[in-house]
Amino acid sequence: MSMKTSTRQVDGVTIVDLSGRITLGEGSVILRDTVRDLVTKGQKKILLNLGDVTYIDSSGIGELVSAFTTVRNQGGDLKLLNLTKKVHDLLQITKLYTVFDVKDDEATAISSFAK
Amino acid sequence: MTENRVSYTLDSSLESVNMAEETSQQIAVKAGFDEDDCLKISMAVREATVNAVLHGNAYDPKKKIRVAFESTSRALVVTITDEGKGLDVNNIPDPLAPENLLKQSGRGIFLMRSFMDEVRIRLLDPGTEVTLVKNVSGSAANHKEASQ
Repeated sequence: MSMKTSTRQVDGVTIVDLSGRITLGEGSVILRDTVRDLVTKGQKKILLNLGDVTYIDSSGIGELVSAFTTVRNQGGDLKLLNLTKKVHDLLQITKLYTVFDVKDDEATAISSFAK
Repeated sequence: MTENRVSYTLDSSLESVNMAEETSQQIAVKAGFDEDDCLKISMAVREATVNAVLHGNAYDPKKKIRVAFESTSRALVVTITDEGKGLDVNNIPDPLAPENLLKQSGRGIFLMRSFMDEVRIRLLDPGTEVTLVKNVSGSAANHKEASQ
């Protein structure tokens, strides 16, 4: 199963709902293009909803890191929402759990972005 | 001791990576590993195969990768071989070091070592051979005993 994304706006925050696999190839490219497109359009408060992401490999992890630094370098903020246990464990062992701002409630996540 | 061996010679492509991942998952299930270990094994095989295709053979259509599975009552051993220029085993950066934490790549071998009991890297001439070992224990050992 490849990756799918859809975006929606809530209170000035762009929520990207991702589903499927973020792996080398199509999944990583879709994530990269989606985030770059948002930043180009000036949307710099981005919440990646990973609740339906079934699998991430090291390329996918790298793409999440790249998305994070891309948005930060443009003065924005990128946070993660609804990690599955698999993704949570991956971010723990790679020490990235402390790098990302990870939320498990959408409303709390939205209100945590600077107004 | 019962042994099962199978090997595949594959093109340097993403399709081969997916095939190796799916095959390792099936073999791990058949060997009796639990769901968590099956995922770890298939992820480690995916990472090793990605390295072989991407960094080793650099998608060169003239170069092949070989993925071999050997399942015994003691362990599942997966060997991934490429025909590339060879990995510099003495210069593998630590992805957990603060200066590397936000780098986009460099986590593959770390993940293999996290998920498997043993990871051996051997330079060939040309190429690199990565051997991944997952020992049979707990549910997998009971499954093996029951099926013998």
